Amino acid sequence: MGQIQLKQVSKSFGDVEVIPPLDLQIEDGEFVVFVGPSGCGKSTLLRLIAGLEDVTSGSIDIDGDDATAVPPAKRGLAMVFQSYALYPHMSVRKNIAFPLKMAKMDKSEVDKRVANAASVLNLTDYIDRRPSQLSGGQRQRVAIGRAIVREPAAFLFDEPLSNLDAALRVGMRLEISELHKRLDTTMIYVTHDQVEAMTMADKIVVLQAGVIEQVGSPLDLYRTPRNKFVAGFIGSPKMNFIEGAEGQKHGAHAIGIRPEHIDVGNSGPWKGVVGVAEHLGSDTFFHIHDTGLADPLTVRASGEVAFSYGDTIHLTPREDRIHKFDERGIRIA
Amino acid sequence: MARAVSNRTKVANTAIAGALGFLMFFPILWILFLAFKTEEDAIRAPLEVLFGSGWTMESFATVQARSDYFKHFSNSVIISLGSTFLGLLVAIPAAWSMAFVPSKHTRNVLMWMLSTKMLPPVGVLVPIYLIFRDLELLDTRFGLTIVLMLINLPIIIWMLYTYFKEIPGEILEAARMDGATLRAEILYVLTPMAIPGMASTVLLNIILAWNEAFWTINLTASNAAPLTQFITSYSSPEGLFYAKLSAASVMAIAPILIMGWFSQKQLVRGLTFGAVK
Repeated sequence: MGQIQLKQVSKSFGDVEVIPPLDLQIEDGEFVVFVGPSGCGKSTLLRLIAGLEDVTSGSIDIDGDDATAVPPAKRGLAMVFQSYALYPHMSVRKNIAFPLKMAKMDKSEVDKRVANAASVLNLTDYIDRRPSQLSGGQRQRVAIGRAIVREPAAFLFDEPLSNLDAALRVGMRLEISELHKRLDTTMIYVTHDQVEAMTMADKIVVLQAGVIEQVGSPLDLYRTPRNKFVAGFIGSPKMNFIEGAEGQKHGAHAIGIRPEHIDVGNSGPWKGVVGVAEHLGSDTFFHIHDTGLADPLTVRASGEVAFSYGDTIHLTPREDRIHKFDERGIRIA
Repeated sequence: MARAVSNRTKVANTAIAGALGFLMFFPILWILFLAFKTEEDAIRAPLEVLFGSGWTMESFATVQARSDYFKHFSNSVIISLGSTFLGLLVAIPAAWSMAFVPSKHTRNVLMWMLSTKMLPPVGVLVPIYLIFRDLELLDTRFGLTIVLMLINLPIIIWMLYTYFKEIPGEILEAARMDGATLRAEILYVLTPMAIPGMASTVLLNIILAWNEAFWTINLTASNAAPLTQFITSYSSPEGLFYAKLSAASVMAIAPILIMGWFSQKQLVRGLTFGAVK
C-alpha cells in the first residue's frame, strides 16, 4: 500500500512562504512526477512527504493514517537522492543492507534480499566494492537497490538522473519505469525535465512558485493545458503564443499553437522568413521571423524539408489544435 | 601548464628551507647536547661544549633522584588524556548540532568561543585561582583536567565543526530515510566518516594539553604537578642548572615528540582536511 494524501499542506522558511496551502491525492501504485522550473518548490514538497522538513501547516496522511508528526525513519518511505547519498565507508553490499540492518531483520533474510536486489540491478559483480570505485550509473543503481530492499510503501526520487550523462539518463529512465511496472509500488519523482515527466508519469503535477498549476496524465496536459504556463512548460519545442489581432480573430486574448501543429509549404495563411533551421534527421525545427505573429515562431516539420536560411515560407496552423487563453492566461474552453 | 622552476631556484629554495628548519630545531638539539654534559661543561663556550668535553648520563640520574619523573609523567598523561576525553564528550554533540541543525546564532556562538582564546590567560588567573582555592581544587589532577578541557574546548569544537561540515547532509538524511535512529545515524554513519578528523583533533589536543604551561604551573605545586612543573623546578632561585634543566626538558618533551613524530602524517592530513576537494 502506498496512498498519500496532502491536506492544506504549506511550508514557510522564516517569513518566506515557499508553498502556499495545497491539496494533493496520490493513489496506491501510481507513478507521480512533480515537475516545474527550478525553485518552484517541487523538491521541498517531496521533502515534506519524506518528513525531512516539517510542514508549517496542514497534514499528510499515508495509507489513511496521519503521518504529519511521524519522523522520516518511521514513515515507511524510501528515497533516492540527486547526489545518490551512498555511505562512502561501506561496500555496495553494506549500503544496500543498511535499511534492513536498521530494521533489525534476520541475517539470512538480509542476505537473500541484498542478493536479489543486486541481481535485479546488475550489481552482483560489484557487490564488495566501495561507492568511490563505481561509475555514476552504478552508484545510481546502488541508491535504487538501497531503496527497494525494504519494500517501502512508496519511493521518493529527487532528481535522480540529473547527474548522469544524456545517454545513461535515457537508459536509467527506462529502468526506473520498468521497475515501477514490476514492483507496482507508488513512486513520486521530482524533475525539472519535462521529457522525463512526459515519458515516465501516470500523473504529472506541474508546479510554479509552490502552487500546483495542473494535475493530470501526460497527454491531458499536452492536449488541454489549463493555462499558458503549463502549455509552455509541457512539450518540446515550446508552444508558440500569439497575441493581438490573430488572437482576437479566435475570440481570445492569446492563442497557442504547438510547433508540430503547423504545416509548412508554399501556400498558407501565415508567411515568414526562415531563420535558423535545426536538422535532427527525423524532424526539422524552423525558427521563423517576420511573421507579424510571434518572433520567432517555431515550426516542426517531419523529416528533411528543403527550406534554407532567408527563404520565404508559408504556414498553415491546424485549426482544431489551437489553444485559446484569456488575459489572465487561463484556457478558454 | 606547470609553472617552470629552474634547478638553481630549487636548490636555493631547498637550502633556505633547510637552514630555517635547522634554526628552529636548534634549541631542542642544544638541549639534547647539554643534557649529556656535566654542570661545569654545560656553561662553557659553545664550541668547547661540543668538542672539548666528555658525555655523561649524570644529569639524568641526579634529576631522577631529586624528583620523581614517573609521578610527573603520569600526571601529564592523565591530565592531557582526561581533558581530551572530557572535551570530546562536550564537543561532539555541540559540533554536531552546529553543523547539522544550525540556527541564526551559530556563527556568533562560534565566534564568541574563538574570542575566548584571545583573552590573555593571566587576566583571569586571580579569579580562577580563588575559585580553585575555595573548591579545594588547587593541586588536584581533577581540577587541572577541567581547566585544560575548558581552555581547549573552543579549538576542539571548531575543528570538529569544520570536519562535520564537510559531510554532505544528504548522506545523513539518507540514513534517516533508511530508518536509522539518531543514535544509529551518529554511530554508523557520521562517526566512521568523521574518524580522520576526530583523530587529528584528539592528537592536537593531547599535544596542546601536554605542552600547556601557564595553568599547570600556576595551579599545581606537587601532587598534581605535570612535566611542565617538573622542568620549571630546575630553574629556581638557587640558580640555573643548565645540564639538569636540559635533562629534565628532554625527559619531558621526549614522549610527546615521539608521539608527534609517529602521528604527523595523520595530523597533517586532518589539519588540511577539507582544504582541497
